[in-house]
Amino acid sequence: MKDQADGYVTADGRQIGPVVMEMKNITLRFGGVEAIKDISLDIREGEIRAIIGPNGAGKSSMLNVISGFYVPQDGEVWYKGARRAPMKPFQVAQQGIARTFQNIALFEGMSVLDNVMTGRLTHMETGLFWQSLWKGKAEREETANREVAEKIIDFLEIQAIRKTPVSRLSYGLKKRVELARALAAEPSILLLDEPMAGMNVEEKEDMSRFILDVNDEFGTTIVLIEHDMGVVMDLSDRVVVMDYGKKIGDGTPHDVRNNQDVIDAYLGVAHDD
Amino acid sequence: MPEQLAFALEVTANGLMAGVLYALVALGFVLIYKASGIFNYAQGVMALFAALTLAGIMDGQVPFSHLINAVFGTDVHHFGWNVPAFLAILLTMVVMIALAYAVQRLVFRHLVGQEPIILFMATIGLAYFLEGVGDLMWGSDIKSMDVGLPQGINMWIDETTFEALGYGFFIDNLDIVASIIAALLVIGLVMFAQYTKQGRAMRAVADDHQAALSVGVSLNFIWILVWSLAGFVALVAGIMWGTKSGVQFSLSLIALKALPVLMLGGFTSIPGAIVGGLIIGVGEKLFEFLIGAPFLGGATENWFAYMLALIFLVFRPQGLFGEKIIERV
Amino acid sequence: MLYRESGDFSSSYAEDSQTFPIKFDRYRYYFVLFIAIAVIPFMINDYWVNSLFLPFLIYAIAAIGLNILVGYCGQVSLGTGGFMAVGAYACYKLMTSFPDVSMLVHVLLSGLVTAAVGVLFGLPSLRIKGFYLAVATLAAQFFLVWLFNRVPWFYNYSASGQISAPERTFLGINITGANTQAWATYLFCLMFVIFSAYVARNLTRGSVGRKWMAIRDMDIAAEIIGVNPLRAKLTAFAVSSFFIGISGALFFAIYLGAVEVGEVFGIQKSFLVLFMIIIGGLGSIFGSFAGAAFLVLLPVVLKIVGVDWLGWPTDIVAHLQLVIVGGLIIVFLIAEPHGLAQLWRVAKEKLRLWPFPH
Repeated sequence: MKDQADGYVTADGRQIGPVVMEMKNITLRFGGVEAIKDISLDIREGEIRAIIGPNGAGKSSMLNVISGFYVPQDGEVWYKGARRAPMKPFQVAQQGIARTFQNIALFEGMSVLDNVMTGRLTHMETGLFWQSLWKGKAEREETANREVAEKIIDFLEIQAIRKTPVSRLSYGLKKRVELARALAAEPSILLLDEPMAGMNVEEKEDMSRFILDVNDEFGTTIVLIEHDMGVVMDLSDRVVVMDYGKKIGDGTPHDVRNNQDVIDAYLGVAHDD
Repeated sequence: MPEQLAFALEVTANGLMAGVLYALVALGFVLIYKASGIFNYAQGVMALFAALTLAGIMDGQVPFSHLINAVFGTDVHHFGWNVPAFLAILLTMVVMIALAYAVQRLVFRHLVGQEPIILFMATIGLAYFLEGVGDLMWGSDIKSMDVGLPQGINMWIDETTFEALGYGFFIDNLDIVASIIAALLVIGLVMFAQYTKQGRAMRAVADDHQAALSVGVSLNFIWILVWSLAGFVALVAGIMWGTKSGVQFSLSLIALKALPVLMLGGFTSIPGAIVGGLIIGVGEKLFEFLIGAPFLGGATENWFAYMLALIFLVFRPQGLFGEKIIERV
Repeated sequence: MLYRESGDFSSSYAEDSQTFPIKFDRYRYYFVLFIAIAVIPFMINDYWVNSLFLPFLIYAIAAIGLNILVGYCGQVSLGTGGFMAVGAYACYKLMTSFPDVSMLVHVLLSGLVTAAVGVLFGLPSLRIKGFYLAVATLAAQFFLVWLFNRVPWFYNYSASGQISAPERTFLGINITGANTQAWATYLFCLMFVIFSAYVARNLTRGSVGRKWMAIRDMDIAAEIIGVNPLRAKLTAFAVSSFFIGISGALFFAIYLGAVEVGEVFGIQKSFLVLFMIIIGGLGSIFGSFAGAAFLVLLPVVLKIVGVDWLGWPTDIVAHLQLVIVGGLIIVFLIAEPHGLAQLWRVAKEKLRLWPFPH
């Protein structure tokens, strides 16, 4: 099933496309510490791909490599059929990779709407001159992008707090606004850094629903990292399991759950080394 | 050209002395910054304020006399006595501690948890406030300061260098005394931080506020303590500078040079403040001597320190001795 | 019910993002504009223009400029005085080199020259942040003042080292030099104020403004969602310096007429404009006006009350002013970091509910 290079159809009828990003033998070091050791993984178009592992397994580092914030010492990142040269984080964003953060990174001084609109920045290119005039080009662009932003605001059901300053929102709502900001970019790959962290059961269910809906509605490729195994198993199509910077499992939730290494890592069997 | 060389050497020596004074002001910055994360722009004005107060007390001036006279139509100026230097320094120190208490109590207690840049701007406000208060208290006329420090050319150095190099160095006794006092002050501060209970608490706070709180250190007390220490350092700097060139407003502007000193040395490092001060002091004097005066029309001391710091920072943002900042998401 | 916003509905996104979405605000704005353009010019004399209106208008432009950099983009600058000096000297050189060109062109070009210098000194902002940057901008302040003091070319080799504005015109009317009319200089400056506020408002409500604010609120996150930090910061430096340059040119050519750089554009000027935006409100165009008005009025009021009514010596009043300004800065930073503009918003909120606050 997974060998089909052009993709396949999942049990619930979603079309999964070909590989859109491939990480080859990634190694990332901080000083003498190896956060990621020789990991390869691929991400297919339209799938929900999870990276799980205990604390300190290197999940976040992996996400930061995908998003271009960290540049690995060894290994290659292939994106849309081309090898990605080391580039600045904003250039990665301009190539269509958006993300959310584990510790919410919203712009606290701005309203919800403005925050979501910052997600559209990669699609807005009117120059300084036309913007200073506003009427004409700048206003048209603003309105067109506002429509996209509003669509996402509707979709995530945050219409009522549109004009509220972000600093006044609850934790759960902030997480949702952050998702909205990332979605507003209409990314090819959406990276979610522990989207459920710190949430209660109800909020987790809401968030899971939104993740599935986003994937379903917009066909967005989603990579998420999470240490809550239960949620991940229900959500994702394929799961990578990391432990101590190494990949110890990769496959469908079913495969992974029955993988002996994974069970050891999670149940805490003593490491040999 | 040995004469040129001798000149340059003399300039360097004088630069070192000026650097000591910069370092002294910078030291006050570092103390407060380490303990509270506040970048105290008012440190220079504190030196001015301390010097004004000391001169006023020694002279037996009535505080706020101008204001009192204006409001009540009276004509008071002096108490009619002169206070000996030692006692006046003690009294000034009391004023500086009261100031530290007031600053902590009225300003920074209400700004806990604010962004550093807001705190910085608050200290600019504080600088204005303090300058105004100082002027209201003691008047804005230039005062001379004489606490009995030796002044004038050091004959021994002059003669010795004349014999050795054929050119006598002009080095002020005051500068030598200032260097010695500065050195003693640094040693004293380090001993205080290392060997006293309060000093250890201070270092604990500098390391980690939360952790220090959890082992029972009173942040409030520590902050008042460091502001008082900074006040003391400011007083010493104020005495040196006041003796050298009179107590006047420009003193607080010269003290601004402590800022580039810090950028060079790093905001958290006491040795950094001293090395930075010396580099800036020597650098600006030598630059003026070798390049500024002959080729650029002089007075390059106005900006050399800032430019040096700016260029330096672009290549090493954390300063010479500062800790490297790692950015995380 | 003195002030209401209910019943005003936006039916398009364009309507929703206009400057004054509420009708009441819009009409009041037109009213203020009308008074400023059509009434005040007929009522003012030299005294009012020189002691209040010109400084207010010119400082408002500088405050708008600095607010873009500090309030919107979060980059604190203490070099405002130096950049105003660039505007002033650029204007002087242009005025004396091209006597026949309209002042309008000179002032705008001075703004552009200052923008270029601002970008140059903004370059380090990529590497250094916060008060490190603030101290770095002091380099600009001291260096620029020194430069204009020491390089005779800038002051056309005049013996005094000062620059003084020759008579120049706009639309055939004298607006610099000795023979000017109060209304003409006023309107000339007002024109630039309206232009600056209009441009600043448009830039801050669109994508450029959001980039600036994103950098201000969290620069790393901004970069990760696709904002090029260097570009965003440099545009902020450029736009900010553009306005500050215009204000410097006007300050020299229209308001003072003659300038000694160290006195007029020293570091005190940098602080004055910074205080304006702190008191007025960081990140608010209206706040820039409010802060400029406040700090222009304060000394005038203090002088009237202290010197004229109470008969105090001027130096005491001047010292008192330092105490008041310094104290106010601290009070505003503690109690109302968004300044007078926020107080105004709160007042509006109260008015809207009045007389039934619950």
